[in-house]
Amino acid sequence: MKDNYSVVIFYSTSAAIRAEILAKRSKLVVKLIPVPRHLSSDCGICLRFNNKDKPKIEEILKENKIEYENIYKM
Amino acid sequence: MIYLDNAATSYPKPKEVGRVMLHFLEKVGASPGRSGHRLSIEAGRLLYQTRESLAELLNVIDPLRIIFTLNVTGAINLVLKGLLRPGDQVITSSMEHNSVMRPLRELEKRGVEVKVVPCSPQGDLDPVDIKRSIKKNTKLIVLNHGSNVIGSILPISAVGAIARDYGLLFLVDTAQTAGCYPLDIKRDNIDLLAFTGHKALFGPPGTGGLVVGEGVDIKKLNPLKVGGTGSRSESEKQPDFLPDIYESGTPNTVGLSGLNEGVRFVLREGIEKICQHELELTQKLIEGLKEIPAVIVYGEDQIKDKVAVISFNIKDQLPSEVGLRLDEEYDIMCRVGLHCSPAAHKTIGTFPVGTVRFSMSWFNTFEEVDQAIIAIRNIAEGVKPKRSFC
Repeated sequence: MKDNYSVVIFYSTSAAIRAEILAKRSKLVVKLIPVPRHLSSDCGICLRFNNKDKPKIEEILKENKIEYENIYKM
Repeated sequence: MIYLDNAATSYPKPKEVGRVMLHFLEKVGASPGRSGHRLSIEAGRLLYQTRESLAELLNVIDPLRIIFTLNVTGAINLVLKGLLRPGDQVITSSMEHNSVMRPLRELEKRGVEVKVVPCSPQGDLDPVDIKRSIKKNTKLIVLNHGSNVIGSILPISAVGAIARDYGLLFLVDTAQTAGCYPLDIKRDNIDLLAFTGHKALFGPPGTGGLVVGEGVDIKKLNPLKVGGTGSRSESEKQPDFLPDIYESGTPNTVGLSGLNEGVRFVLREGIEKICQHELELTQKLIEGLKEIPAVIVYGEDQIKDKVAVISFNIKDQLPSEVGLRLDEEYDIMCRVGLHCSPAAHKTIGTFPVGTVRFSMSWFNTFEEVDQAIIAIRNIAEGVKPKRSFC
């Protein structure tokens, strides 16, 4: 199961929360989780989503000009 | 009790405001943006929703360009002190509150050139006078939107257009208008919009903020305070992105969750309806006061377009004495004196004695206005008090 997920790492918590709210409005199944230690030294949160939704997630980020660090497969 | 001091802080608040704050303290509690657990994330969502509600009200596209401060004074200080450097010129009006005047006078001592454009005794400002004051070193124009002394409205949209033409930044102090008068950061050509949460937006004290317009380069606006933000914790350098760059330290999440409910209330009722109700109260009050021979109302000419703030005096009576009698004998709360705005009182000709100020909100009624007029008539005509409230 775990292999089906990816996460978006953001620069700020506020951006992560904004992305979560916008993704949920687009009916995507997402969850904010603590950033996995191996991905970043930061103590913040990241947005987990199903791999199949990657194009939609990227579209939401682009459309709303939400800056993010990277997207990682888990 | 009749509360006519809404220009200082609004009272009462919509019931939902207190309810959601209690909910936050009892059920959420956590610090936003600091931890990854569910309660922290919920607190973060509440903050975001507050930004989103404000964005809807003020026509801001990206809610993350709204940053929170303790009050409008905090937002104004951030812009003036973070932006202006020795040698820069800043233009303002003679109707400003000390939240603008005091930081400017302090900056003046450090080599910033301050140009105060005079307004008429009715509080009118001619945008042409602003245009004439622009020089090569002008960086910023700062104006209040609605006067906290006489409720007059300044032509911000026209001045904003001038600022655009000359490539200047435009800061607007919306303390008396956000929540009770139409405001649109795009239409009004505003670059930096400073707001307070505890007046017409119906939040609790300790809430306010700044909208940083798309055209503002944040590299040129230094934060006044730096510290923990929950982001980039590996670095000892302040983050360079919004909103974190200007939001160090644990925010007032409980207050801001209350502010969100206040803004939602305004959005539900509708700004036009609120503005119209307050204007009708204002017109009724001014007309009633003008019928009393011993009463002088200031700034009455703009009766068709103003916020619900009225200044007046009774001939041969001190504002402080009138205020005390209103409180003790008529159970009416108002504010007397100079209202933190010596410049505005000099402009309307009431310095240093000041005025009696009545300021109303959505929750005031026509009956209350009638009672206030009767009270002033009695005090002006020397009627003895029937009873004392304290």
